[in-house]
Amino acid sequence: MVGIVVVSHSQKIAEGVVELAKQMSPEASIAAAGGMEDGSIGTDVSKIFAAIKAVDEGDGVVILVDLGSAVMSSEIAIEMLEDSNNVKIVDAPIVEGSLFSSMESSIGSSFEEVIDVLARARVYKKF
Amino acid sequence: MATKSDVLDFIRIYADKMVEHRQELTDYDQAIGDGDHGINMSRGFKAVIEKLPAVYEKNIDEILKTVGMTLVSTVGGASGPLYGSAFMKAGAAVKGKDELSNEDIILAFDEAVGGIQFRGKAVEGEKTILDSMIPAIKAIKASIADGKSMAEALVDGEKAAWDGVEYTKTIIATKGRASYLGERSIGHQDPGATSMAYVFQAAKEVAEKVGC
Repeated sequence: MVGIVVVSHSQKIAEGVVELAKQMSPEASIAAAGGMEDGSIGTDVSKIFAAIKAVDEGDGVVILVDLGSAVMSSEIAIEMLEDSNNVKIVDAPIVEGSLFSSMESSIGSSFEEVIDVLARARVYKKF
Repeated sequence: MATKSDVLDFIRIYADKMVEHRQELTDYDQAIGDGDHGINMSRGFKAVIEKLPAVYEKNIDEILKTVGMTLVSTVGGASGPLYGSAFMKAGAAVKGKDELSNEDIILAFDEAVGGIQFRGKAVEGEKTILDSMIPAIKAIKASIADGKSMAEALVDGEKAAWDGVEYTKTIIATKGRASYLGERSIGHQDPGATSMAYVFQAAKEVAEKVGC
């Protein structure tokens, strides 16, 4: 199953997004990497690295980010992996992206299919 | 030339400066950014100081790498990946060394700039760390080429860094949170360029102390 990592400056945002995605796709392999070790606002490379490891089942991992240092910290975490071929930061809205990708991955879709769904999450109209 | 103990001194002095100037950096960041630069840098370098004893016996590259790795996991804001990449790249440039020649020091600075540019995808003139860092390194290189000592070159480097900080007051931010402000960012100095100027100040103080 494709893994999903949710990176936010806020631990609560990341955990809340995972909670929401799990409610719709309980079997999804999704992990939160929000905030710093002590819960304060920020992004933490070691937290992101651990989250990637936790959801990586060998089928690829997509990373959803909020903004700013979330991108740079995720890039460093990816560079620290021995095999980073199938680990990708995707530019998509963090809530919609997490929901859509966890539904898609939990039905057994491939890495490419999950990334395709995330591209659609970017242009998804709410009304 | 710099010994391992000079490098450790530099890190300690810089960490002290980040605590000392915590409020000042935060104030600059509150004006044009998200107001956490001083808080983040002092938090990151406090963590560095705690980690440092574990690498006292290691070579300089391991020490610099440890500083970088600590920063990317403890600073929290954009300065974490940026300063972290700078220290990691500087470390990689001096692999296996327990003493740095002037050429090594310049190479480490050059690699650090490269690390920041790669990570932040910024160039000079965008109101960032680079606007004090690049002029400082240019000044150091010119002074060393003129036959000055590293201590003298770092005096010139620090001056160029502060001139760079002044220059950031005159330009519009196009990177990071400050870019949302557009022209309203004019008149304010860049907090990242400011914290970088303290890097050269710390290096100068070490060089003056050991007289290299």
